[in-house]
Amino acid sequence: MLRWASHSLIYLLAAPILLGTFIASLPAFGYFPPLGSTEFSLDAWRDLVEVPGLTRSVLISLISGVLTPLVSLALVFLYLASATGSRLDLWIRRLVSPLLSFPHAAAAFGLAFLIAPSGLLSRIISPELTGWDRPPDLLIVNDTWGLSLLFGLIVKEVPFLLLMSLAALPQLQPRHRIEVARTLGYRPTIAWLKVIAPSLYPLVRLPVIAVIVFASATVDVALILGPTLPPTLSVRVLSWFNDPDLNLRFLAAAGSLLQLGTSLLAVVIWLALEKLFGLLWRFWLATGNRHTGERLAFAIGRSAMPIVLMVITGSLLALVSNAFAGPWRYPSTLPSSWTIQHWANSLSDLSTPLFNTVLISVSSTLLALIIVVAILESERQSSKARSAPSWLLYLPLLIPQLVFLFGIIVATEFAGWQANLSLVIFGHLLFVLPYVFLSLSEAYRQLDPRWTQVASTLGASQLKSFWRIRIPLLLAPCLTAVAIGMAISISLFLPTQLLGAGRITTITSEAVALTSGANRNLISVWALVQLSLPILGFMMALFIPKFIWRNRSGMIETQ
Amino acid sequence: MSNSILELNNVRISLGGKQLLEVNCRVGPGEILTVMGPSGSGKSSLLAYIAGFLAPVFKSSGSVLVNGENICSLAAERRRVGLLFQDPLLFPHLSVAGNLRFAMPRNAQQKSHAISEGLDDIGLAGFDDRDPGTLSGGQASRVALLRLLLSAPNAVLLDEPFSKLDTQLREEIRTLVFDKLRASGLPTILVTHDQADAESAGGAIHTLR
Repeated sequence: MLRWASHSLIYLLAAPILLGTFIASLPAFGYFPPLGSTEFSLDAWRDLVEVPGLTRSVLISLISGVLTPLVSLALVFLYLASATGSRLDLWIRRLVSPLLSFPHAAAAFGLAFLIAPSGLLSRIISPELTGWDRPPDLLIVNDTWGLSLLFGLIVKEVPFLLLMSLAALPQLQPRHRIEVARTLGYRPTIAWLKVIAPSLYPLVRLPVIAVIVFASATVDVALILGPTLPPTLSVRVLSWFNDPDLNLRFLAAAGSLLQLGTSLLAVVIWLALEKLFGLLWRFWLATGNRHTGERLAFAIGRSAMPIVLMVITGSLLALVSNAFAGPWRYPSTLPSSWTIQHWANSLSDLSTPLFNTVLISVSSTLLALIIVVAILESERQSSKARSAPSWLLYLPLLIPQLVFLFGIIVATEFAGWQANLSLVIFGHLLFVLPYVFLSLSEAYRQLDPRWTQVASTLGASQLKSFWRIRIPLLLAPCLTAVAIGMAISISLFLPTQLLGAGRITTITSEAVALTSGANRNLISVWALVQLSLPILGFMMALFIPKFIWRNRSGMIETQ
Repeated sequence: MSNSILELNNVRISLGGKQLLEVNCRVGPGEILTVMGPSGSGKSSLLAYIAGFLAPVFKSSGSVLVNGENICSLAAERRRVGLLFQDPLLFPHLSVAGNLRFAMPRNAQQKSHAISEGLDDIGLAGFDDRDPGTLSGGQASRVALLRLLLSAPNAVLLDEPFSKLDTQLREEIRTLVFDKLRASGLPTILVTHDQADAESAGGAIHTLR
């Protein structure tokens, strides 16, 4: 069974994703037996070319696909260059994991309610600074060029890239390198950018490419913050797919391939930018410049994180105030009264999605945990077992969700299956598995092998030492991995929406569906429920071990 | 009393084509064989080989006999060879009694009684429910020794078990360990680079180069 486990990542991740991508392309060329079409044709592509505003949709997807990683990575690197070792840095490091568990949809809603013309920010500065006594007629959220979408994506991706960079940094021994550069006369910020950044970038390249793919193909964030006339390519493909007119399926298939191409093009543009920056860096290094630009880099780097934090805090405040707001006239900063009416109204609608959310996240995460532990255990027991290459783990993040999920649907339709709960759980598993693996593998591999050796010399079988020694010793990292997996599952929109055929509702799918209705109070209630679930998970991961091991000082110290 | 005999016949361990050591010896009941040598001479590899978890990068040949039976093909947990490491390695999530109970053979009689009696015997009466994290270094070493004895091994390996203790405590624990092992009639191999350990053990000395 364990031998099987070491290959299961390939079966579980690669096969459905690569096959899904392939199968998604069949209807694009006219082959779709469930709708009675068994001949290949290019009709879908002809229809696609004639869709009005298509170029603009593609362009917006491309722009957010390239600018999101560019700006986010620049901010993260400048921050690390200017703040490493400072008090601010200690503070930020503690906050970065919880920030990451803020679901995309909730963050997007919060941001929308913060920066909209009638949003919290506008109310705070009005009418004193602006003279507005009614919301200005500005298209801030859903703006035509997707700037608010870009802003929302950057605010979400900065914590992700920061966490990835922090995880990779120690192996570069940054302190040592900076000290050497400083003795050669380089200012600290310049030293970081010249001697750390070029070696750190290759280590975070895969996560950066995942950001490109996500930003160019996101559906939920684009639905909430993105332009509407026309929307991004991904949103249009989803609407074709959901259209009651089944003939639009062919168009949707062609569109999803175009999405794959667009994301690929964004990656190619990025690779070209990589070359360009490589040349610039080499030139800059060769100048031997030690001071110039320090102040600017320092100023941007030091202010970047506090600004991101303030935006996220502001978004949270916007959600909370909207969720409890009574009557709230425009320029007033706060509602004239508070109420729990919105919560009372949502209560009956919340129960089914809440139950589904918990059921799907718990089952997909527990499945992922079992698979990951089996893989790590087989790796530990057999010296030959090689762990999966890291690109495989990133596969669900490197191919646009829309494309391969679409393929999985087509495959189930070929097979004549109905959308059901287990399919949704499987879809969630594809996304949860990599995160559970990334989170648990380090702790599992670093567990002192002598614990198992002592257990064996005392006559304990592998099975006994697994259950009685390794699992208890690794309880805390396992629970953290579970919390992360559940947070990922809770935040997923597209797998639920597509694989559940819209019939299986979760907090996230319902919250995103509310976008069109646009009742801020109601949306805020749902967004707050959505973001409180992962927080609950993380709190449990923190307190359960503390409680179980309250009389075991050795277990608290090791954590 | 165990009265077992531990024999190493033509045990050779090599790494990357280079032979680290070759050992031939016979350790009788209650005898302590001391293996000495500088770091890198393969002392710990020898113990890992006997206990059954030598890393596969090492090549090994020869046989290890306990009471005439070759244990080399057995899994580590079936060899019934006890091992004391440099650290006591008491499982931090189990109580003192939990650690001892974990080690006892499944069919052992009157486990709780044997545990209290054993703790009494090493001067730790009433420590059953203690958190191992709260024990002093000397107390933890005693519990580790008792845990090894309660697992009813046929032979014992000591991997520099006193090197992390301070001088006074080292003397005390060393005497306790050697007395108990002799009294139990267990054949023992001690690996150390401390001459005083070897003298105190009082048995044959095998020096690796």
